[in-house]
Amino acid sequence: MAILIDASTRVLVQGITGREGSFHTQQMQAYGTRVVAGVVPGRGGGETLGVPIFDTVAEAVARTGADTAFTIVPPPFAADAVMEAAAAGLRLGVCVTEGIPVLDMVRATAFVAGTAMRLIGPNCPGVMTPGQAKIGFIPNHVGRPGRVGVVARSGTLTYEVIQGLSEAGYGETTAVGIGGDPVLGSTFVDILPLFAGDPATEAVVLVGEIGGSDEERAAQWIRSSGFDRPVIAFISGRTAPPGKRMGHAGAIISGTTGSAQGKIDALSAAGAAVADTIEDVVRLVGERLTP
Amino acid sequence: MKLLEYQAKRQFARVGIEVPAGRLARTPEEAAAAARELGRVAVKAQVPIGGRGKAGGIAVVSSPEEAHREAARILAMEIRGYPVRSVWCEAGLEIAHELYLGITLDRDRRRLALILSAAGGMEIEEVAATSPERIAKLWPDPFAGPHPFQVRELAFSALAHAPALTEARGRLASALVPLAQTLYRLAVDLDAVTCEINPLALTVGGRLVAADGKLEVDENAEYRHPELAAELALDLEGQDGRTGDDPYEAEAKRRGLTYVHLPGGSIGCIGNGAGLAMNTLDLVQQVGGRPNNFLDIGGGANAEKVRASLAMILSDPDVRGVFINIFGGITRGDEVARGIVQARDELGITLPLVVRMTGTNEEEGRRILSEAGIVPGTSAPDAARKIVELVGGAR
Repeated sequence: MAILIDASTRVLVQGITGREGSFHTQQMQAYGTRVVAGVVPGRGGGETLGVPIFDTVAEAVARTGADTAFTIVPPPFAADAVMEAAAAGLRLGVCVTEGIPVLDMVRATAFVAGTAMRLIGPNCPGVMTPGQAKIGFIPNHVGRPGRVGVVARSGTLTYEVIQGLSEAGYGETTAVGIGGDPVLGSTFVDILPLFAGDPATEAVVLVGEIGGSDEERAAQWIRSSGFDRPVIAFISGRTAPPGKRMGHAGAIISGTTGSAQGKIDALSAAGAAVADTIEDVVRLVGERLTP
Repeated sequence: MKLLEYQAKRQFARVGIEVPAGRLARTPEEAAAAARELGRVAVKAQVPIGGRGKAGGIAVVSSPEEAHREAARILAMEIRGYPVRSVWCEAGLEIAHELYLGITLDRDRRRLALILSAAGGMEIEEVAATSPERIAKLWPDPFAGPHPFQVRELAFSALAHAPALTEARGRLASALVPLAQTLYRLAVDLDAVTCEINPLALTVGGRLVAADGKLEVDENAEYRHPELAAELALDLEGQDGRTGDDPYEAEAKRRGLTYVHLPGGSIGCIGNGAGLAMNTLDLVQQVGGRPNNFLDIGGGANAEKVRASLAMILSDPDVRGVFINIFGGITRGDEVARGIVQARDELGITLPLVVRMTGTNEEEGRRILSEAGIVPGTSAPDAARKIVELVGGAR
């Protein structure tokens, strides 16, 4: 089992002819992801990487039955691309673009909320269901089919956790990188219930970082939902000084909210095991999985 | 990008929000001329931080001569690292009551929040913390903006806590509708993540005037507002190129590096990806070291970027060793390794370098490093311990 994507997911790529878009589409194809279409306004009728290109998402959906969008277009156009995907009736959108103006995302997430699409990102590494499909940047070699769900804000730390779990032999059901922007399509509380509904997910690793209150809200959800599987958490940015933005647009401690300690305390109080290092994450997962 | 008070007020005035009469002065002579024209004025330092009044950066003057003298004094000041480049000379107001009207990004709700309080002024943060019921909030539909009835509801809710305004509440609510709608539209037009009027002065004559303003533009949207950035640069940099920012961070920005300086630390840190780079600092501190910086070389970094990053970090003489933490995904280990070796040779680095490398092309990367005499590791905590051992911990 898995969440969000599997071997049957039919992906269209917005921005398939760009340098990054083309490279990552090839990586996804090599992984086994079913890429069925590309969308590049003005280049419809062409073909690239063995898939047809369409001018609009609506046309691509009508002609190929695509159900999921991988959005990898430059920041000024990304929010509009996300809305186009949502309007075309797709089930899932994964937007990896970094640097989208935040008010563009305020409008895009409001628009998406009125459709059937679930949005992951922006500024995220994407989603991987090992052995079946991946959308985004997660390196092909790190995943291994298995028992643990992963949900993370940071890209590289997502890879670290996946690799650690894979090497230890636990493997992953699905790994979701939700992104590092202040306004995201999905946050921890949107993804955790999906893992709750997946019987194959025996434990969840949650990788958070400073800024905002998504981790605190996740802690609240774990408490109030009676989530019955172990949660192992890791928070990055313990050394970050207040007021300094640590790379991600969302990673900033402002006023009294967003500090690493506040998040660690909230998650511990909710019964999650909070790890000090990634190695610790893997060890704590091992201790909590039934052999 | 935080705009200065005068920039914010010019934006308010441009869209029809009343502000006190004022003039910008970059010299004492210009300040004297402003006082001649406006009479009694407050001479206010234009710096992008709070607390300037306490620092002596604001003076109320009643003659052109006094304006000249005070402006000369303030223009020679540096307030918390920010040299004063200009002063805003502003006519006084007869204030009957101070309100707060602001717009800010609410991450959890994924919307802009419109906030109103009858308890405006310096202590608004304290009011928010101790009596949150005195702060009224509204989250307008991002496509429609605030509707008049919503603003009226907001106004009556906020004004209910100010007995002095009970009688005027109907008139005030009516006046707040266009004001709030205009401010919201301005925030959207400028891509503002903060757009606030505090205090929003209710004058003795019954007018609502923006007595002070704060405007912060989303960095991701700066490309849509080049004129504001150019104006700001003029005030922050002046002729000698100095700014109040940390000089290392200013230099890193010029070099296009994502860098945060932690002055006094002894261990330079590099990671690829913001989360991993943050975690690199955490690891160093966990084993007793003091990180000097955050530096994210990003995804797909090449040898040149690695070299530039090392050069940047080593420009701080406090740095006595560097920890490079690479998880190859888009970033290739061999590229990074080549950059490290190249940088060490070209820059003549003799300080300890510890490299943790795993992921894409890690074997090739490790081989390149080993052949050049740099010992690579695969475990991040071990590498952190190693660099702290070589440099020495915090004292």
